[in-house]
Amino acid sequence: MSDFVDILLTAGFWAATIRIVSPLIFGTLGELICERAGVLNLGIEGIMTVGAMSGWMWVYQGGDLWTGVLFAACMGAVFGLLHAVFTVHLCLSQHVTGIGITLFASSLSYFVYRMLLPDATTPPKIVPFQPIAVPWLSDLPIIGEALFTQSALTYLALLVVPMVWYVLFRTPVGLAVRMSGENPVAVEAQGINVLAVRTGAVMVGSAFMAVGGAFITMSWFDAFYFGMVNGRGWICVALVIFASWRPGRALLGALLFAGLEAIQVRAQQSAGAFIPYQFFLMLPYVMSILAMIVMARKTKYPQALLVPFRRGERV
Amino acid sequence: MSKPPVLEFRGVTKRFGTLTANDNVSLTLQQGEVLALLGENGAGKTTLMNILFGHYQADEGDILVDGDVLASGSTQAAINAGIGMVHQHFTLADNLTVLENITLGTESLWSWRQDQAGSRRKLAAMISDYGLVVDPDAMVSDLSVGERQRVEILKALYRDARILILDEPTAVLTPQESERLFATLQSITAKGLAIIFISHKLHEILAVSNRIAVLRRGAIVGTLETASSKREQLAQLMVGRTVTRPKLSAIEPGELVLDISNVSTAGTGATELKAIDLTLHQHEIVGIAGVAGNGQGTLADILSGLRKDFSGNVQLNGQMLDAGNPRAIVASGVGRIPEDRHARGVVAAMDIWENLISEDIRSDEICSAGFIISGSRARARAEKQIEEFDVRCKGPDAETKLLSGGNMQKLILARALSNTPSFILANQPVRGLDEGAIAYVQEQLLEARKRGAAILLISEDLDELMTLTDRIAVMSHGMLSSALPTGERSIGEIGLMMAGHADQGHGDQGHANMGSPANGH
Repeated sequence: MSDFVDILLTAGFWAATIRIVSPLIFGTLGELICERAGVLNLGIEGIMTVGAMSGWMWVYQGGDLWTGVLFAACMGAVFGLLHAVFTVHLCLSQHVTGIGITLFASSLSYFVYRMLLPDATTPPKIVPFQPIAVPWLSDLPIIGEALFTQSALTYLALLVVPMVWYVLFRTPVGLAVRMSGENPVAVEAQGINVLAVRTGAVMVGSAFMAVGGAFITMSWFDAFYFGMVNGRGWICVALVIFASWRPGRALLGALLFAGLEAIQVRAQQSAGAFIPYQFFLMLPYVMSILAMIVMARKTKYPQALLVPFRRGERV
Repeated sequence: MSKPPVLEFRGVTKRFGTLTANDNVSLTLQQGEVLALLGENGAGKTTLMNILFGHYQADEGDILVDGDVLASGSTQAAINAGIGMVHQHFTLADNLTVLENITLGTESLWSWRQDQAGSRRKLAAMISDYGLVVDPDAMVSDLSVGERQRVEILKALYRDARILILDEPTAVLTPQESERLFATLQSITAKGLAIIFISHKLHEILAVSNRIAVLRRGAIVGTLETASSKREQLAQLMVGRTVTRPKLSAIEPGELVLDISNVSTAGTGATELKAIDLTLHQHEIVGIAGVAGNGQGTLADILSGLRKDFSGNVQLNGQMLDAGNPRAIVASGVGRIPEDRHARGVVAAMDIWENLISEDIRSDEICSAGFIISGSRARARAEKQIEEFDVRCKGPDAETKLLSGGNMQKLILARALSNTPSFILANQPVRGLDEGAIAYVQEQLLEARKRGAAILLISEDLDELMTLTDRIAVMSHGMLSSALPTGERSIGEIGLMMAGHADQGHGDQGHANMGSPANGH
C-alpha cells in the first residue's frame, strides 16, 4: 500500500499522467462534440490513427510541427465528413459506419505509411514537440514538473477544454449543436439546417480526434508504430458517457483514467514477480468499467443521439 | 374596400405518390382574424401548413405573404416572412431551458456570445404582454403540457411572427387549459396578428374563430363566417355525409368481471399508479378520462400483461390475473386494443394473416402438434375475419403497413374480438381515425357490451366518454377517482379533476378524494 502512496508523491507520476491524458482529452472532446450533435462517431479509433500517421508523416517529409498538427486535423475532418455523409445525409447505422470508418482509416494509414516508407526496418524518427518550462511556475515542487514542464500540445489540450465548454454552452452555434442532439425537429423549425450543423460538428469533432492521435507520434513519442493508438479511441467513447457529455467532467474522467494508467506502469515495476504484469495492464480498464457503472446510471443521454433526421418526412 | 390579405394560398396542390394531400387549395387570411381550418384526420390540414412553413414543397400553386410570393420549401423564408408555427407535436428540446429553446436561431450562428440579458428582457416583456406565464430558466422537461405550449407560442412571437399557426393546439390540454389558450389567442389578435387555428373539434372552432374553412380530402369544400354557421352544417361539410355516432342503450350490468383493488406501482412519478380501485361488470363500459401521461398507460400495461411489478390485486372473473404473462391473459378472455396501433398493435412489416393469428398461434384451429402452423388454415380464418370486420385490403397476404389507420384498427378489432373476450381493454381506440371508422369501432364496442363483455375505455376525448360509457373515472397523477355514472359529473368538473383537483360535491363514501392512498385498504 505504501508503494502506491510513494508513487502518488513522485513528480514523475504526475508528469506521466498529464502526458497520457493529452490525447485522451482531444479524443474525448472530439467524440463529445459529435455526440452532442446527435452522432455517435465510432470512427474515432481509426481517425486517431490517421492523425498519428499523417501529422508524423508531414513532419518526416520536411514540414514543421504546427503545420503537421494542422494537417492531421484536416485529415481527421475529411474522415469526419465521410462519416457524416453516411450517417447524417444517408441516415445509415452510426454503429456500423463508425466501425467501418475505423477499419478503413487505420488500414489506410498503415498502407500509406508502408507505401511512402517501403524500406524502413526500424521506424524512422522525427524531432517531436519539446517540453517548455514555464518560468517561475515550473520551479514549484511536484506541480512544477507535472504541469508546467510539458509540451505545447499538452498546454493546448488543457486550454481546449474551457474553449469547447464556452462554445457549446455560451454561443449560438453551440446551442444549435446541442439542440441538434436533443431534438433536430426543433432546430429545423427554427430555420436552421440540421444536416449542416451535424456535418460541421462531426467534422470538427473528428479534427480534434486526429490531433489527439497526432499528439502520440509528435509529442509523446517520435515515431509511428502499427497499433499505436491501442484502444485509446474506445476509451474516449466511454469517457464521454462517464462525463455525461460535459467537457469539464470529460477532463476529470480523462485524468482519472490517465492516473490509473500511470500507476499501472509504476506498479508493474514495483510489484515485481508477485503479480503478473497483465493484471496491472488490465487495471485501468476494470476501473473505468466500474466508474462507468456508477456514473452512467444517472446520465442524461442527448435524446436524439443515434436518431437520424430526415427532412420533410412525416413525423 | 377591405384591406389586402396578410396571407393568401393560390391553387396549392401537393401529392404524395398517388395520394393528393392538397388539391388546388385557395384561402385568404386577414389581419387580426382567427381563421379556423376544419377537417377530419387525413383531410390535409397539417400538410397544407407544412407547405406554408417550408417543411414540404407544393407541387403547384403559390403562397403570398403581404402580396409577395413566399419562397417554397424554406423554413427560414417562412420565419423571415413573419410566420410562426406551433406544431401538434411540440418541437422543444427537453434537456434545455425555456430561454435556450426560444432563442435558438434568433442570433447569428457565428457571433461569439449570446446576448442573454437582451433576450431575457425581450422575453419578459412578451410574457407580461400576452399573459403567457412561464419561467425562462426552467428545463422544458419539468414543464406541464400547457406550459410547453406557451413556450411554443412564445417561440413564434419572439421571432416577431405576424401570422401564427396552431396545429391541433387543444389535443393535449384539459378543458380549462384550452379556455386559457383561447383567451391568449384573443389578446394576440387584438395586437393585430392573424391566426390559423387547426382542429377537428367543432365546439372549439365555433368558440374561437372568426371564419371557418372546411377541408375534405385535401380540397376546400366551404368557407363560412363563424357567426352564421351551425354545428350540424359544419359536421356535414367536414365528413361529406351524415354520420351518426352510435349511442348507448340501457342494459342492466351483470356479474363482476374485473376487480382492481389497491393497485400501486413503485415510484412517485405522474405515470406511477397510487392505490387504484376499479370494478367492471358485464354489459358495462367504464371510461377513464385524463390527460395523457397520468398513469393510464401503466394501468393498460398491467391489464395487458406487459407489466408485473405492481402491488395490489387484479382479479378477472374471480381468478387472479396472471400478471406479466400476455399469452395467459389473452387466453383467459382479455381482448386488447393498444394505444399505439403502429408500435404495439401490429407488426407493420408482416402480412395481415400473420398479424391476425399473432395472439393465438397455438390454437388448435391453426396449429398442429403444438408448433406447426398451417398456413392454409390460418389464411382461411383470416379471410373470414377480414370479411366479418370489413378490413379493406387485397387479401390475407397483403402487407399490414399498407393499411390505412382505420383498416389497421379494424384488423386489431378482428383479432381482439374474434374469440369473444369477457373483458376488453380499449386504449384510445378511435384516435386518429376518420368519422366513418370511429362510428364502426364504437359500434363494435357496443356490440361486445350487448353480448356481455366488460369494457374499459381509456380516452382523452371527453365527448367520446360522455356518449359511450356507463360510468367514468378520472385519472390524474397516477390516482384514479371513483367511477360515477356518466352524467353525474359535468365536463367542467371532469376537466378540473384531470388537472389534479380533488373530486368535490359527490359523496361516494371513502372515495370522495382522488383515490388518495389514505383511503386505501
